Amino acid sequence: MSTEVQPPAGFEARLDVPTVLAKQTLSAVRDGDILVVTMDSEPANEIGLQSLADLEALLEYTAMHPPRAMVFASARPNAFSAGADLRELHRELERHLGTGGDMAHAQREVRVFLDRIHGVMNALDQAPFTTIAAISGVCMGGGFELALACDLRVADKSARFAFPELRLGLVPGWGGTARLARETSPALLRDLLLTGRTLGAPRAYEVGLIQSPVARGEATRVAIAMARQTARFSPDAVAATKRLTKPLQVAELEAEKDAFVALFAKPTVREALARFANSTDIRPYL
Amino acid sequence: MPAPATLVNRLLDLAAQHYGRPRETLTPDADLFKSLGIDSFQALDLLSRLEEAFSCEIPDYELQGVTTFAGLAEIIARRA
Repeated sequence: MSTEVQPPAGFEARLDVPTVLAKQTLSAVRDGDILVVTMDSEPANEIGLQSLADLEALLEYTAMHPPRAMVFASARPNAFSAGADLRELHRELERHLGTGGDMAHAQREVRVFLDRIHGVMNALDQAPFTTIAAISGVCMGGGFELALACDLRVADKSARFAFPELRLGLVPGWGGTARLARETSPALLRDLLLTGRTLGAPRAYEVGLIQSPVARGEATRVAIAMARQTARFSPDAVAATKRLTKPLQVAELEAEKDAFVALFAKPTVREALARFANSTDIRPYL
Repeated sequence: MPAPATLVNRLLDLAAQHYGRPRETLTPDADLFKSLGIDSFQALDLLSRLEEAFSCEIPDYELQGVTTFAGLAEIIARRA
C-alpha cells in the first residue's frame, strides 16, 4: 500500500478533500455526500483476512456517516481486484492441516470467513445509497463479486471479467453466482463459469454487465461524475429504487455457500491451491 | 489455414508499439509471451487490445496451445 493517501482521479485538483478512512488495504476520501474508496494492496487487490477487516471497517463508517453515493476504485494499475487471496488461503489451509487439524474443521473456518464476507457483500448490495464500481484491469473472482454487489459498474477498455473458480475445483462463494444471474442472465453466468473465459469491457457492456464503457484510465473520473449525479436525487427515492430493483437472494446465497464449503473438502482443491500458490506460469488464467 | 500476411504484420506492429519492443525483433514464429516479456495480467491486457484493434471477440479457450504470433493471427483471422 502507498504510504501516502493520494486523491483518486477526478479529485486531483481538490486539496480540501478529507481522508475519512485510512486502512491497510483501502482508504476513503469524502467530498460532501460523495465517498470514494480506493483499494490499494499488492499485487492486485487480492481480498484476504486484512481486506475483509478493512471492508468491515468501511461499512461501519458508512453506517455511522452514510454518503449519498460511494465509488469503489483501485490504485493498482492493472487490477480492480484479482479476487480472493488464494496464496493466503493455501497457506492457512496447509498450516491448519499441518498442525493436526482436520478438513471438517477447515471447512468450518471457511464457513466463518464466508459468513463475514457475505455480510460485507450483502451490506453493500443493500446499502441505502448508490454504490458504483470503477473498474480497470482484471476484475476476477471475489473482485468481480465485489463489483457485482455494487449498483452500477463503470469500466475502461482494459477491464476483463472472469470467474476462474472452476479451475480450482470450486464455484464462486461470495455471492457471485446469484448476483451475476440477477444482474444479467444465467446463460452468461454458465458461459463464464463453465469455460473460465474472460470477458472484455465492450462485450460486458453489450450484455448489461457494465453500464458505462469508457476510455482507458477514465473509469474513476466517470464513476465520480455518475456519483455526483445520483447524489442530487432524494435519498428516500434512491433507497426505494434499490429495494425495488435489487432483491437480496437469500436462498441462492446460502446455497452458494453450501456448495463452496462442500467442494472445498475435495483433495483436488487442496492440490489446485498448491499449484496456484507455487505457479510461475505466465498464463495462469488462460 | 495461415492468417494473411497483412494481419500478421498488423499484429506484430501492434505488439511492438504497445510493449515497446523493436519491431524487427518480433517475428511470426517467435514465442509471443517470451518475446514481449509480459506477465499474466499484461497478457489479458493484450487480449483486450487485440479485441479492440481487430473488432472481434477472442475467448480465452481459443488460445489454448497458441504460443506464436502466427498462431494468434490465425485465431484472429477466424474471428474477425
